[in-house]
Amino acid sequence: MAETILPKVTVAPDMQQAAIPPTLIEVQNLSLYYGAAQALKNISLGIGEKIVTAFIGPSGCGKSTLLRCFNRMNDLIDNVRIQGSVKIAAQDINSDEVDVIELRKRVGMVFQKSNPFPKSIYENVAYGLRLQGMTRNSALDAAVEESLRQAALWDEVKDRLHTSGLGLSGGQQQRLCIARAIAIKPEIVLMDEPASALDPIATTRVEELILDLKKDYTIVIVTHNMQQAARISDYTAFFYLGELIEYGTTPKIFTNPAKKQTEDYVTGRFG
Amino acid sequence: MQTHFEKELADLKEILLTMASHAEASVKNAIEALTNRDYDLAQRVREDDSVIDKFELEVDEMAINLLAKAPLASNLRLIMVATKISQNLERVGDEASKISNRARDLAQEAPLKLTLDLPRMSNLVLQMLKDALDAFVNQDPAAARALIPRDKEVDALNKQIYRDLSNQMMHDPETVARCLNLMIVAKSLERIGDHATNVAEEVVYLYEAQDIRHTGKGGSAALQTEMEHKRPVQ
Repeated sequence: MAETILPKVTVAPDMQQAAIPPTLIEVQNLSLYYGAAQALKNISLGIGEKIVTAFIGPSGCGKSTLLRCFNRMNDLIDNVRIQGSVKIAAQDINSDEVDVIELRKRVGMVFQKSNPFPKSIYENVAYGLRLQGMTRNSALDAAVEESLRQAALWDEVKDRLHTSGLGLSGGQQQRLCIARAIAIKPEIVLMDEPASALDPIATTRVEELILDLKKDYTIVIVTHNMQQAARISDYTAFFYLGELIEYGTTPKIFTNPAKKQTEDYVTGRFG
Repeated sequence: MQTHFEKELADLKEILLTMASHAEASVKNAIEALTNRDYDLAQRVREDDSVIDKFELEVDEMAINLLAKAPLASNLRLIMVATKISQNLERVGDEASKISNRARDLAQEAPLKLTLDLPRMSNLVLQMLKDALDAFVNQDPAAARALIPRDKEVDALNKQIYRDLSNQMMHDPETVARCLNLMIVAKSLERIGDHATNVAEEVVYLYEAQDIRHTGKGGSAALQTEMEHKRPVQ
């Protein structure tokens, strides 16, 4: 099998640098501080377009913090200071010219705990579209159906679109949140442990969905489940104590990692 | 609906089957080269062996990546069995290469006026190999079990051919080199029979999760155990 090319990475000096076409998110020398505490230490990596990239590492390693840098969710936290740059499609997203609302339309997010609005299934998906100015009912109907279909939820909810989203099962709620995230056609979908609260069946459905979605979206996922990262991602980055330890193709990280720390973590021997 | 993982497993199976058809074709061609004294065909079998070798590497690479995804139960067995079957098929390819090497040498010498049971032996092993792979495809462990005892017939033929060729060498020392070549051919066929048996045992393990290797009686021992399990407790 042909060897897959590594993404463009400019990490520690001893790490391999290679190019992957095309890089959508480029992180350069990114450091992040919560007050005096440094959560991210000089991170540099490139994330390829329309693939799934997984961030793994023990709790507190900075993976969620980095994920939240991609749609400036950290702006909401006091005392956060950022150095370095995050570029999406070559544009620095932390520059003054960037409208955060516009950025978050381009970079959707799904969280660990499903958080549907206390509205109907239909309204949950239509919400973002209405905010964008879509008012015609026929256009909304079509967009809601398309998003629910993409999120593999349509067949289960098509007969009860106007019932509360909170009445769905946990797995369905999470897929509803994914439908809501993709309704406004973002380029990137960030997922922070999207299946960690789900049973194996619902997890499989979410994983299948992620694999289906990557043909249209760039997906970055944080997960504590090693096998999940191995199953769904194309590239994996391993973080520890705010540093990027290793980054490479998922098969390489899980079958032959270069660093002992990575090996110890993926095999569960860490610490 | 087929999941992405199931699709990857299906790809693994498909690649294994492609590999199997190459291995089968190699044995057939090697025997044909021997029978028809076809030097060029023998040469081709040797060259094609590298294709089978590449399949083995590919199956192993797919398998290790699939194992990293933590498959369970029958999926886990399938991946493990796939690597073992591919290893056996690679060895079948090697034996076909050996036969074609001997066929090449024999094609350059005068034919031996000797009736050997080589065609029957090659038909037997080819059928065993085919049946083992069919059992894999058709998810038919009973068919896999059924072919295992046929290996005894192959072994008996090998011994018979060995005796015939030993007699020939004593009788006519001029033919020693050619007879030795034919002995190697028979030994290779016997090994192919062993590999077909191994594949059949793996098929039983895959579909019944029962390891029937080294039970001494091939499939029948496993069958006996199964019957004991089914017997009502007094």
